[in-house]
Amino acid sequence: MDISPEHPRNAGRLLWPGDDLTRIPDWVYTDQEVYEREVERIFHGRTWNYVALEAELPNAGDFIRSNVGPTPVVVSRAKDGAVHVFENRCTHRAAEFCRELTGNVKEFVCPYHQWTYDLKGRLQGVPFRRGVAGAGGMPKEFTTADHSPRQLAVTTHRGVVFASYAPDMEPLADYLGPEVMREFEATFDGRALVILGHYRHSLPGNWKLYHENLKDPYHATLLHTFLVTFGLLVAGNKSLMLADASGRHGVMCSAKSDVSKVTAEAKGEMRAFKEGMKLADARMMAFIDEFDSPWSVTMATIWPNLIVQREMNTLGIRQLVPTGPNEFIMKWTMFGFEGDSEEMTRHRLRQGNLMGPAGFLGLEDNEAIKFVQDGMLRVPGGEHLVALDPATPFGTSETLISESAIRGMYRHWREVMGL
Amino acid sequence: MTDPRLEALLLRAEIEAFNADYCARLDRQDLNAWVQCFTEDAFYVVISRENFERGQPVGLIYCEGRPMIQDRAFALLNTAMFGPRYLRHMVSNLSVAAQPDGSVQARANFVVFEVLTDRPDARLLQVGEYRDVFVRDGEALKLRERRCVYDNLLIPTALCIPV
Repeated sequence: MDISPEHPRNAGRLLWPGDDLTRIPDWVYTDQEVYEREVERIFHGRTWNYVALEAELPNAGDFIRSNVGPTPVVVSRAKDGAVHVFENRCTHRAAEFCRELTGNVKEFVCPYHQWTYDLKGRLQGVPFRRGVAGAGGMPKEFTTADHSPRQLAVTTHRGVVFASYAPDMEPLADYLGPEVMREFEATFDGRALVILGHYRHSLPGNWKLYHENLKDPYHATLLHTFLVTFGLLVAGNKSLMLADASGRHGVMCSAKSDVSKVTAEAKGEMRAFKEGMKLADARMMAFIDEFDSPWSVTMATIWPNLIVQREMNTLGIRQLVPTGPNEFIMKWTMFGFEGDSEEMTRHRLRQGNLMGPAGFLGLEDNEAIKFVQDGMLRVPGGEHLVALDPATPFGTSETLISESAIRGMYRHWREVMGL
Repeated sequence: MTDPRLEALLLRAEIEAFNADYCARLDRQDLNAWVQCFTEDAFYVVISRENFERGQPVGLIYCEGRPMIQDRAFALLNTAMFGPRYLRHMVSNLSVAAQPDGSVQARANFVVFEVLTDRPDARLLQVGEYRDVFVRDGEALKLRERRCVYDNLLIPTALCIPV
């Protein structure tokens, strides 16, 4: 498949409009061939993909089903304690052999013809390999060693497990860069993680819109009443929209402020600001300062499939699983820390009402992303305008009224995609 | 002395009527009326079967006490941005167990259909089980606990109206 714009069939179809990044064409979000190239070059390319938290796999034999891009993988802990990631596809007839979401096993057995795989994903047994009574069976030259599911490179940091199709990936620290790593380590501060549970939802939008939403502090100051009314993220706050040197990763950072100091001018611009709104139970919006960080809220977008949410005291991982150009699945893993009191755990759970597919912020983001995809599918052939903050062509911005981090992401994306 | 079978039937009928009324309040999106279904100290959670069976507490909606339930209602009515939709809550397969302390434990299956105003289909938003504790508030029954344990782990886009 050749989807380069030079190809005659594609003439004019996949052309980037203009010579800057302020306009993004719809085909970036809706085209099947572009999506397939993303799977090949991004999710299966030179990236570290989030697959699990180590706290989900404490013991040898523990496994979870996960994904790298759309591709199902098994994440398992072998007897030697190491975490392994391999494709969830039997090398015999392609069956997705691991069916349970999580569990503990001695080996994996494909239910179709009972081919067995060890905890490292290596093919161990093939029933009737030599046939019966000298007849049938596999060819003589068949070796199990050559028929294991594809193994991925694995790295872990502070209890977070990443996998890559690239066998020679750079270390995670180099992949993230020092600034994004600093924010990563501010959240994963060394305390052991305790899993509090999951949310899962589908979303009828392109997967990149989720990254963009979290590289778009402009929307955060406008769409989300809970953010602006309670001072979590308000125009004029101490804030930062950080991008790494490559532009692919980002961290939206904000320090909670006293809303009484928000200017009348800023309030006037924010329709979502509800003057005088008070909660019947104020505990939900309380902030317990537990991190070594100037920021009370950070949202890290770690390319290509991970969001790290530190929204005051509600903490979560979001794993993005694309299923096509127009839809993706999001798996959330909410966590606290070992040593949390029962009251602290409950505080995290109460504050969790902000997030997830029913969260006061989360449901708004999901709806907004759906509306964007609806707009592109129903009025096709257009382009998006991301021109805010021309003083910063791309990359880190200190004003919230900026789209420079989105432009930075597309600078990287175009390079990797050759588009 | 009354026949215990008759008492059980009356209690069952009362809870069925409660659930029908509860669903009606949600279906007409009268969330302030929905808040009144709960006691002051009520616990309300919408939790996946995955989390529930593993003993993990995270809920899509997690409310400790009626004030938090009221905040949920206020936010959905006044601040939250979501597309217009209609919902139908259905409840069936009720089982009831009166407790010695006067409370009543109950379970029932629920189904929630959701219709987006620009789509022809009514999609199945949620299917699951209510796990309830009712208490008397004067004459009326109120919910002291409602755990909505849903089976369809993958929520389609967003859950905007409570279960």
